[in-house]
Amino acid sequence: MLSEEELQSNVSVASSSPTSNCISKGGGLKVHNYFGLSDSSSVESSTLSCGEDDKGTISLKATELTLGLPGSQSHARETKLDEKPFFPLLPSKDEICSSSHKNKRGFSDTVYTEKNWMFPEAVANQSVVKKEVTTNIPKGQLSTTNNSSSPPAAKAQIVGWPPVRSYRKNTLATTCKNSDEVDGKPGSGVLFVKVSMDGAPYLRKVDLRSYGNYGELSSALEKMFTTFTLGQCGSNGAAGKDMLSETKLKDLLNAKDYVLTYEDKDGDWMLVGDVPWEYMFIDVCKKLKIMKGVDAIGLAAAPRRMEKSKIRA
Amino acid sequence: MNYFPDEVIEHVFDFVTSHKDRHSISLVCKSWFKIERYSRQNVFIGNCYAINPERLLRRFPCFKSLTLKGKPHFADFNLVPHGWGGFVQPWIEALARSRVGLEELRLKRMVVTDESLELLSRSFVNFKSLVLVSCEGFSTDGLASIASNCRHLQDLDLQENEIDDHRGQWLSCFPETYTSLVTLNFACLEGETNLVALERLVARSPNLRSLKLNRAVPLDALARLMACAPQIVDLGVGSYEDEQDSESCLKLQAAIRKCTSLRSLSGFLEAAPHCLSAFHPVCHNLTSLNLSYAAEIHGSHLIKLIEHCKKLQRLWILDSIGDKGLEVVASTCKELQELRVFPTDLQGGGNTAVTEDGLVAISAGCPKLHSILYFCQQMTNAALITVAKNCPNFIRFRLCILEPHKPDHVTSQPLDEGFGAIVQACKNLKRLSVSGLLTDQVFLYIGMYATELEMLSIAFAGDTDKGMLYVLNGCKKMRKLEIRDSPFGDAALLADVNKYETMRSLWMSSCEVTLGGCKRLARKAPWLNVEIINENDNNRMEENGYEGRQKVDKLYLYRTVVGTRVDAPPFVWIL
Repeated sequence: MLSEEELQSNVSVASSSPTSNCISKGGGLKVHNYFGLSDSSSVESSTLSCGEDDKGTISLKATELTLGLPGSQSHARETKLDEKPFFPLLPSKDEICSSSHKNKRGFSDTVYTEKNWMFPEAVANQSVVKKEVTTNIPKGQLSTTNNSSSPPAAKAQIVGWPPVRSYRKNTLATTCKNSDEVDGKPGSGVLFVKVSMDGAPYLRKVDLRSYGNYGELSSALEKMFTTFTLGQCGSNGAAGKDMLSETKLKDLLNAKDYVLTYEDKDGDWMLVGDVPWEYMFIDVCKKLKIMKGVDAIGLAAAPRRMEKSKIRA
Repeated sequence: MNYFPDEVIEHVFDFVTSHKDRHSISLVCKSWFKIERYSRQNVFIGNCYAINPERLLRRFPCFKSLTLKGKPHFADFNLVPHGWGGFVQPWIEALARSRVGLEELRLKRMVVTDESLELLSRSFVNFKSLVLVSCEGFSTDGLASIASNCRHLQDLDLQENEIDDHRGQWLSCFPETYTSLVTLNFACLEGETNLVALERLVARSPNLRSLKLNRAVPLDALARLMACAPQIVDLGVGSYEDEQDSESCLKLQAAIRKCTSLRSLSGFLEAAPHCLSAFHPVCHNLTSLNLSYAAEIHGSHLIKLIEHCKKLQRLWILDSIGDKGLEVVASTCKELQELRVFPTDLQGGGNTAVTEDGLVAISAGCPKLHSILYFCQQMTNAALITVAKNCPNFIRFRLCILEPHKPDHVTSQPLDEGFGAIVQACKNLKRLSVSGLLTDQVFLYIGMYATELEMLSIAFAGDTDKGMLYVLNGCKKMRKLEIRDSPFGDAALLADVNKYETMRSLWMSSCEVTLGGCKRLARKAPWLNVEIINENDNNRMEENGYEGRQKVDKLYLYRTVVGTRVDAPPFVWIL
């Protein structure tokens, strides 16, 4: 086990330091303080802080109210980070730590997916493990693993992050959009619009700028609203849900039971798919609504146009 | 105690205005409790579900101003589904039935309908002030009712609401005889504005102090408006798209020069870059500047404007100003108290507009700084330690590093030390938001040093339950704790159930809390509403039977004296 090796090497190094008193107290035993930390530090930290008075008593100092800034004992704190975490929850964590170098992957896995709102079990462990990677691996390795990390998946957005109000996002997006018309620069920012569905208990919001064409929007909406259509179908809810959902909704759409419409700047309800996505649809779409086919009869020749737009997209 | 007649004591109480102080004096003795009750003018309710209108009216029968807050803070970031709650209708109905002489209503994150606004406008003869912040559910028809019926209206202040703009004629619903307008803010309306009605309204409002226009008010209209309201103190420019030397532009510059009382400038929702120079003549008097929506204005123009603003106390700006721009702020704005730097690029796509250097520069240059909200791509412990040394007076410190789990970019260490320095140095810190790579250590520091902390926002931080425990045990004045995507679970949640009685609310989403844990908490603490917001298929949670392992997606709990609320939608499960 990694920890055992660390301990033995520390004991040999520490015993040569006259100022460290806690190690001598422990001898070959691990002395656990209030927080469950062993007083032994990792190899690398002992070289850094060799000779410091408080190396051995780091953990206890943490509970003391000190006058100095925490930063003034930065070496001490750095060693603290390399110690074992408080009350490790799972015994096998050390093994996971030494073998895995997952750094940035953790959070991109927490990305919002419609089907899985909760933290998946595997990801939960992974993200906790990731923290321990940073605390247990010696500093040299640490910087390389962090530097070599790829930037987070640019396309994947976490719900509600960064913590900026939707009002601000939308306002900036509209501003940028209008200036882009003048300057011709590529659009940036987000454009959230509400999506409602007849019979659904609550609405959703989608960012139109995260799709490139009608097809992407259509499949995103399918995924988003499958639960509601299933509820309405009534039938086999539990078994084979995943398999049923997307095909069911596609069937519903194709069978002309539901039609996707939008409200434009004049307040009129239009059928989605008629105008070019980039230059006209995004600019005018204020809201989306998935209407029941029977209600959409007023929007002339609905079914044929839906198919046409799907082909085009 | 009663050496003075009640009227004298009441008169003394008139000078006590803060909610905390009024609460304190009500606890002194029965007599003071009674006097305070009947003389209370302003009531603040931080959570509309903590109490109901009937009990409010029983305690304070004579109040004139009511502030209500509805949804939890994270609702701002789409974490609370539509329909969760926060409806103002029952409050207005109850107040209308009683004989309370309501004059002011301030709502934040509540659902307001046109029906509510209509009822409000008809029920209170002396109604003077309506302030809606981050609300939704109403349209310009509701505004039309307010305009038509509130004869003594002074303030109509709509901040960042989602309003259905029917492009109606609500502005022309103010009667011709109506002249008492003091504040008009409709910047968040998206639609066309009746410019003629607006100009006539402004022309007959000699008391108008604050005017914030929406994007649909063009330059020439702005010029005319300012010409007939030179007394204006607070201006929100709507649109400023015109040629530099056009006639409208010249007229506007002339009008601006006459606005010697102008102290606060905002808006620029649609702004051509050169427009700021028109405002240079009034900059030396400005105390508040909000350019955080002016996405098209480049840093250099912003800097030229700010160089003239020596008296600035409050600045909201986009990160396009850059570190260089913040250095200019630091050397110019010695009176600066509040700074907010918002991100332009929300995707975090590597455009490092402001860094830790800008923050350090500000802390070094602005000795009066006490509130900061700073979005950036990177940070270091060294920078935060320097900031703490320079500015020990922070009351609000919110740092948002755009990439979750990002460590100190120089040392690759977690940012525990940096935030630790902040909480240790800033003895009056009331609000803190942390970000970047953080272990349990930072929460140990917060628990130890942040004795005055009332609100803490945590995202993607911590290692184990101990982190949350440090905070719950250490921060005695904690009122609002909101946590997302952090590995805190049942052990932390249940460690000290009575703590939640001292707090307004706790939010935990995407953490390790289980349904079993929440149920145990709800049993132990009947005076809490423990809400589970579960947008999945609800039934799965019950049938499963594995409550101990069934993770809860969103938990929101709050103390209440009126029990379970009755207006919860089906996806909210109150235990």
